[in-house]
Amino acid sequence: MQPLAQIIAQHPVFSGISAASLQLISGCARNVCIDPGQFLLRHGEPAHTLYLLRHGHVVLEIAAAGRGTLAVQTLGPGELVGLSWLLPPYQWSYDVRALELVRAVQIDADCLRRKSEADHDFGYDMMKRFMPVLVQRLQATRLQLLDVYGTGR
Amino acid sequence: MSRQTQCAHVIDLEGLQQLLDALRERGYRTLGPTVRDGAIAYEDIASVEELPRGWTDEQSPGAYRLRPSDTDTVFGFAVGPQSWKRPLFPSHQILWRAGVAGGKVQLDSEPHIDAPLALIGVRACELSALAIQDRVWLGGAAPDAEYRARRADAFIVAVNCAHAGGNCFCVSMHTGPEVTSGYDLALTELGTEGEPTFLVTCATEAGAAVLETLTRRAARDDEIAAAQAVVAHTAASMGRAMPETDWVSRLLVSPEHPRWNALADRCLACGNCTMVCPTCFCTNLEDTSDLSGLQVTRTRRWDSCFSVDFAYVHGGSVRPSIRARYRQWITHKLATWPQQFGTSGCVGCGRCISWCPVGIDLTEEVAALCAETPD
Amino acid sequence: MAPAAEFPVSQTAPEPLLPRVVCVHRRRRDAPRVWTLELQTAGEPQPPFAAGQFNMLTAFGVGEVPISFSGDPAAPQRLVHTVRAVGAVSEALVRLEAGAPLGVRGPYGKGWPLEAADGRDVLLVAGGLGLAPLRPALYQLLAQRERHGRITLLYGTRSPRDILFRRELAAWGTRGDLALEVTVDHATTPWQGHVGVVTALIAHARFDPQRTLALLCGPEIMMRFTAEALCAAGVAPEAIHLSMERSMKCGVGTCGHCQFGGFLLCRDGPVLPYALLRAPLRVREL
Repeated sequence: MQPLAQIIAQHPVFSGISAASLQLISGCARNVCIDPGQFLLRHGEPAHTLYLLRHGHVVLEIAAAGRGTLAVQTLGPGELVGLSWLLPPYQWSYDVRALELVRAVQIDADCLRRKSEADHDFGYDMMKRFMPVLVQRLQATRLQLLDVYGTGR
Repeated sequence: MSRQTQCAHVIDLEGLQQLLDALRERGYRTLGPTVRDGAIAYEDIASVEELPRGWTDEQSPGAYRLRPSDTDTVFGFAVGPQSWKRPLFPSHQILWRAGVAGGKVQLDSEPHIDAPLALIGVRACELSALAIQDRVWLGGAAPDAEYRARRADAFIVAVNCAHAGGNCFCVSMHTGPEVTSGYDLALTELGTEGEPTFLVTCATEAGAAVLETLTRRAARDDEIAAAQAVVAHTAASMGRAMPETDWVSRLLVSPEHPRWNALADRCLACGNCTMVCPTCFCTNLEDTSDLSGLQVTRTRRWDSCFSVDFAYVHGGSVRPSIRARYRQWITHKLATWPQQFGTSGCVGCGRCISWCPVGIDLTEEVAALCAETPD
Repeated sequence: MAPAAEFPVSQTAPEPLLPRVVCVHRRRRDAPRVWTLELQTAGEPQPPFAAGQFNMLTAFGVGEVPISFSGDPAAPQRLVHTVRAVGAVSEALVRLEAGAPLGVRGPYGKGWPLEAADGRDVLLVAGGLGLAPLRPALYQLLAQRERHGRITLLYGTRSPRDILFRRELAAWGTRGDLALEVTVDHATTPWQGHVGVVTALIAHARFDPQRTLALLCGPEIMMRFTAEALCAAGVAPEAIHLSMERSMKCGVGTCGHCQFGGFLLCRDGPVLPYALLRAPLRVREL
């Protein structure tokens, strides 16, 4: 079993992280294993965690009465799950469900936010790592909105 | 030039009539300029009487007027709305017919065999246009057989321009006014007083063979010099000129130039410019069937990049705005044509300027597009 | 005066705009409004075609449309075209039943530069119906599998029911020598695959950007985003090839309809490198 800090350092979101920052993150993190079908996050619940996916895929989805469950996005190894903890009201907007056995690093977001407030250099580094993920997802969502495969009629 | 001057002769109207007769005897359908509906049209002519003798034209942006000339010349006018594209590449051509019956299709593509054409009074700019058309319809991987046949059989009697139209700019396009190649016989109308006489030169064996049958005399040196002076005078009196800039490169990098917006405010997207242009080649293929659906015809028709449907892909047009369609036309004609066909698409005839209902002047627009910086 | 001697023409050249009459052998519905037609030729040998080329298909009495080959270039006698019913002609084509005649002329255009695929990783990115013109390329690449590095097919569609060639995709998915990922923009249960845009798959695809040949086919917007994502990943614009679509009437470069900037797409394309397309793709209404 690799030490937790090493696993975090190898995750793309934290590539090139400084030893000091890594120590701060590791202090908020733990390894978790989620069974297929289990929920990582639930729509409407307080957002206290983020996950660094290591193995297995998860799906962001929302249940719509009469339309079944609508999948919005799937995420896999190397990706980050959970961004609503960044901004008030710190509440999840979607359900996230494991599609298969998922191994991940679970990070206590309250802990990470506290450390960011206390050390703004660390906080700025965190922001620079999470913002690209947000922007990429915004771009992808816009592309989905364009419905490019439609016939235009 | 040496060969041309070697066979330089002088004929009069009678000789010109003999030329028409000789060509008709040889089986040619003789097409030449005549007055129709207040304009010069290229029609079937059998007699010199049908030529627009004593007529000239006034052309300016959005204007074309035929008026009696102060002189009695036969070719004292510039180009009219038609070009030789019409007889050589007709606006409607049936490509094939099909009979559909019992799950079987019988295709019939019998080519149209017309009488060979003799084109009388072809200007230098129009010879350039023919050379451009040759590249489009014959230079590719799938040469057009009917065009090829019409072109191969055509006998061309060129005319050196003695009158520059108000919208002419062939000098700046290096396409005229002197005819230099691509013809069988070339005429230069000498003098403006008295009975018309013409200096005739030949460029082909076929031309020489016909010339031999005409009542003629060898040209004197002063007549050869006079003919050269006619062309020089025309060259010096061009109505317009393209700017002396590298407009090919400028147009290629100026798709967002603000001038396009100003153009779009004026352009009606009527497509007149594409219809009168001697090189515009765009066509549409249309299928029609009888009510039973058993007889099907595919027709090729002239099309225009100014129509909304021209660039239709499923869902809509690629160029819904007039701005985009005008930009396509000019940019293609002047800037992307060379990469497609190895030649400019413009010969400087000025037809698009005369026949534009709002008088858009191509030369003025190109100058503006090149002069101002888009940023 | 005949045209210049630089334009010789063979007297035996077939009339280029005349279709050959063929029949529908069978047709299969692949997705809503999408059908694959397998055509039968009356013993008449069909010309070979290259992956990425297209034919002009005629529904007699309705009209003619350009449709890419979707069959195997190694078996040119088996003419296969996948058609989406989006207009009068394509609607008529997909309604043709077995035995019904239609017209075919072609092949036209320049296809995928597969000669450049030797020794390289090949990344195929398809969107929606764009899988059809890429399928001949994949057949050819897999037929000479040992000549290439990693082969990856990324395929995005609107929803699971729009996925083409399911049976083949399933078979390709079990091959060890082809990485296949399918994603949809919208899904409901029981879809267990990827949800998200096709560009999102690029980050997880394994390819060496320095020695990758990328072949893109799909809606123009999707290809633009994909090409930019590949450039960001380090693939040279010269190594990214897009199959472009515009109105096409003649297929031989003389009707003028398919112009895109200076390109006559039926003649110079439809497949062109992104290096040449990047600038014109940024111009609106070109």
